Amino acid sequence: MKDSQGYVTADGRQIGGVLMEMKNITLKFGGVTAISDISFDVREGEIRAIIGPNGAGKSSMLNVISGFYTPTVGEVWYKGAKRPPMKPYEVARMGVARTFQNIALFEGMSVLDNVMTGRLTHMNASIPAQALWWGPARAEEMENREKVEKVIDFLEIQAIRKTPVGRLPYGLKKRVELARALAAEPSILLLDEPMAGMNVEEKEDMSRFILDVNDEFGTTICLIEHDMGVVMDLSDRVVVMDYGKKIGDGTPDEVRGNQDVIDAYLGVPH
Amino acid sequence: MAHMAEGVEGLRSVPALLHRNATQFGSAPAYREKEYGIWQSWTWAETEQEIEALALGLLNLGVNEGDFIAVIGRNRPTLYWSMVAAQSVGAIPVPLYQDAVAEEMEYVLDHCGARFAIVADQEQADKVIEVQDDLHQFEHLIYVDPRGMRKYDHAHLHEYSHVQEQGRAARDEFINELTRRRDKLGYDDTCVMLYTSGTTGKPKGVVLSNRNIVETARNTSDFDHLREDDEILAYLPMAWVGDFIFSIGQAYWTGFCVNCPESAETMMTDLKEIAPSYYFAPPRVFETQLTSITIRMEDAGKLKQRMFHYFMGHARKVGPNILDGESVGLVDRIKYKLGELMVYGPLKNALGFSKVRVGYTAGEAIGPEIFDFYRSLGINLKQLYGQTEASVFITQQPDGQVRSDTVGVPSPGVEIKIAENGEVFYRSPGTFVEYYKNAESTADTKDAEGWVATGDAGFFEEGTGHLRIIDRAKDVGQMADGALFAPKYVENKLKFYPNILEAVVFGAGRDRCTAFINIDLTAVGNWAERNNIAYASYQELAQHPRVLEMVQGHVEEVNVSVAQDDMLSGCQVHRFLILHKELDADDGEMTRTRKVRRKIIGEKFADLVRALYDGSDEIYTETEVTYEDGRKGKIKATLQIRDAKVVPVVPAKVAAE
Repeated sequence: MKDSQGYVTADGRQIGGVLMEMKNITLKFGGVTAISDISFDVREGEIRAIIGPNGAGKSSMLNVISGFYTPTVGEVWYKGAKRPPMKPYEVARMGVARTFQNIALFEGMSVLDNVMTGRLTHMNASIPAQALWWGPARAEEMENREKVEKVIDFLEIQAIRKTPVGRLPYGLKKRVELARALAAEPSILLLDEPMAGMNVEEKEDMSRFILDVNDEFGTTICLIEHDMGVVMDLSDRVVVMDYGKKIGDGTPDEVRGNQDVIDAYLGVPH
Repeated sequence: MAHMAEGVEGLRSVPALLHRNATQFGSAPAYREKEYGIWQSWTWAETEQEIEALALGLLNLGVNEGDFIAVIGRNRPTLYWSMVAAQSVGAIPVPLYQDAVAEEMEYVLDHCGARFAIVADQEQADKVIEVQDDLHQFEHLIYVDPRGMRKYDHAHLHEYSHVQEQGRAARDEFINELTRRRDKLGYDDTCVMLYTSGTTGKPKGVVLSNRNIVETARNTSDFDHLREDDEILAYLPMAWVGDFIFSIGQAYWTGFCVNCPESAETMMTDLKEIAPSYYFAPPRVFETQLTSITIRMEDAGKLKQRMFHYFMGHARKVGPNILDGESVGLVDRIKYKLGELMVYGPLKNALGFSKVRVGYTAGEAIGPEIFDFYRSLGINLKQLYGQTEASVFITQQPDGQVRSDTVGVPSPGVEIKIAENGEVFYRSPGTFVEYYKNAESTADTKDAEGWVATGDAGFFEEGTGHLRIIDRAKDVGQMADGALFAPKYVENKLKFYPNILEAVVFGAGRDRCTAFINIDLTAVGNWAERNNIAYASYQELAQHPRVLEMVQGHVEEVNVSVAQDDMLSGCQVHRFLILHKELDADDGEMTRTRKVRRKIIGEKFADLVRALYDGSDEIYTETEVTYEDGRKGKIKATLQIRDAKVVPVVPAKVAAE
C-alpha cells in the first residue's frame, strides 16, 4: 500500500511523499535518555499520531520536531533537506506550527489578537510603521487580518472574537490555540494533546476540526494524544513509543495488533 | 407618497419590485452580511445582478415554471436571493426551518414535490441527501458554503457560485426566457409557500400570492411610515411568514436594507452594531434580554445598582407617557432626560435599540412588566396579532395607543368579525389562497366569502376598539363544574416570571387545574449560584427543594391574580410539578416557533398527569429524548409534586360564551 510516492487511505485521501523524516534521533538530558534511536517519517497530507504511556518521550519528540530541543544524535530531514540546528522561531518560519499541552495563550489579550500573533512570521513591516499603521504596514495588517478572519470563521469562534482569552472555558481556549497555529498557514501542524481534559462533546468538536483542517487546507498533522479512541479514529499512521523507544509504527489496525504495544499499555514487568 | 403615485399595477411581483428598486435607488444598500468580521454590503443594483445570475443558472439547470424550490439555512443574503431568483424563473420558493430534522424535511419536500433545493451548508445538505432517495421528484441540490462538500458526488450537486457563473456564461442563451417568465408574473400567481409549524398534526403548506404579499407590504409599510433608509436585522427563521414579510415583502416594497448576522451566536453583537430602526422579536427574545440585564445588574457594584434602580423607577412612572406623547410635568421630564443620559441611553445602546423607531412583538403574549420595561426606556415597542394565513397582519397597535393587554386595531384593509362562540374571523388582501393539496382544510378554515377562522377566541374592547385575545378557541374549554377553562391565560401569567420558561396547564373536564413547569436554566442557575446551591444537572436543579419552593411561591401569586377574574377564577393551579427536561421541538413537544403542543405533552407524560390528579407526592418516570444528531436516549427521574395554595372562590357557573 505504501511506496515512495505516497499511498491512498481507507477513506480515499491521497497521501503524498515524505515531508519530514526523523533519522535515528537520540535525545539525552545529562544521564537521562529521553529518546533513543527513533526513526520515522511524516508524509504530506497525512494525520500522523505519536502515542505512548506517560513519560514515553512523546512531548520531547514533538519538541525535537519544533526545534525546541536539538537532538543529541540523529538528523531531522524536512522537505527533502537536512535541517541544521535552529531556533524554534526559525523552524516556525519554515512552516511548522504547534499547539501546547498546557495552553500557552496570552490570557489578557482578545481571541482576535491572540490569533493575529500566529501571523507574526508573515509580517515584515518595521515596528514604527506598524505603530503608525502607515503605508505597507497597513496593507500588510489588512491582509493578515483577512487571513485570520478566515481561520476564525473556519473554527466557528466568531462569537468570541473580542473576548479576552482568560475568560474562556478550557475547550474554547484549545480551539483558539489551534486557530493561532492555523493562522501561520503551516505546512505541518504539531498538536500536543489537543483533547486533554476535554469532555466528550468538546473532543468530538476538536476531532471534526482536525479532520476539516486536514481536508480543507491539506495541512499535514502530527499529533500526540492519550485518548486511544480518538487516535485510532483520526490518524492514518501511528508511532508508538515506550521508555524513549519506538515499539510500533503503522496503521491503527496494525498497531492495535502489535504485541509490544499491548504490553506497553497493559503493563508488563520491565 | 411616491409609491402610491406609481400604483401597484406595474409592481405585481417581488422581481418587479426588485427591478424598481435597482432603478430607483440602485446605489443604496439592500443587503449587508457580517462575514470575516466585516459588514459586507450589496446595493440594490448589485442585488439585481446577483439574483439575475442565479436565475439564469437555475434556467440552465432546467427549472420549470411552477416548480417548487426548497430554501434551507440561516438568514443569509444568498438565500434571500435564492427565493427571489426562484420567483424570477416562475418557480415557487419554499423556505424550510433550518433546525428541522431530516424526517420533517422529508415530509415537506415530498408534500410539495420539490425538484430543487438550495441549502446553506454541509449540515443542511446532509439532511436532504439523507432523505432524497425517498423523494421521487427531487433532482438537484445547490449549496452555498463549499466547506466539507468537496468529496461529495457532484452528479446532482452544485455549488451556488458555480450555478451563478454558469448562468452568467449562458446569459445570451437564457436572458429572453428569463425576461419572458419574469414579465409574465401575475398578481394572483403564487409568491411563496410557507409551511405552518402546526400545533396539531402535520404541517400545512400555505400558498400566498403576489397580491397577498405586495398589498400587505404596502398597507403595513404605510401604517408604520417605513422608509427606504430603515434598517432591519434578519435573524428569525426564514421559514417563518414574519421574516418573509419583513425581509422580503416590506424590504422590497419600501427598499430598506436587510442585515444578516454573522452567526446565531453573534446575533446580539451584530444587533448592537447595526442598531436597526425597525425591529421585530418574539416575547422570548425580550424576556431573555431582560433576564440577562437583571442578572448583570445583580452582579454590578452598589453605586451602579442604585443608579439603575432609581432611574428605572422613574422611567416606569413617566417613560411610557412620554413615549405616547401625553403631558408630563417639567421636573419629571428633566429627570427623565437625566436618566436618558445616565442609564437609558447607554442601556439602549448596549442592547442595540438606540435607533429603534418601530418595534414589534408577537406570537405569544408578552408579560406586562417586560413590555413596560422596554417602553419606559423610550423604545417604541408595539404588539401585533397575525398568522401565516393572513400574511402576518390581522391587527396591530398604532403609535400612541400601545398597551400590553391588547393586540391593537385591525391592520389597514383587514375586516374582523367575532363569531358567537368568541372566535375571531378576518378577511383581508393578505388572506391566503389555499392550503396546498389540502382542499378540505382550506374549506374548514376559509369560507366562500373569504372569512378565515383564526382559531383564537377574543373580543373587541369597548371604547378603544382594540382587540383582546383570550386563548386558542379550541383550548378554551370547560372544567367539570362548567367553569371556563383558558389554559394559556394562566400559562402566560406563569411565564411572566423570569424563573419559569414554560408552563402547561391541565384542567379541561376535570374538577381542578394542575400544571407542568419548566424552569429557566439561566435565571434559576444564576439564582442558585448566588444562593450557594450546588447542582450537577438541569434535572437536579429542577427538583431542588428551594427551587420547588420558589416556583410554588410564583404559582400561588398567580393563583391570587387569577382569582380576581370572575370568569376564570376556576383556573387556579392546585398542584404542580417541575419537569425533568426542557420541552423541545426535537421531541415534538413544541412547534418550531416554540408553541407548546398541549395534546402531545398530555399524552407523552400521561403518567405525570395522572400523578397530578391522584394525590401522590412523587412520581418516577422515564422519558425518551432526541439528541440534536437524531439519536435517542432516555431520561429517568423522580419528580416531586407540590400542592399550591388557592384562593377560595364561589364557583361561578359561567358557560363559555
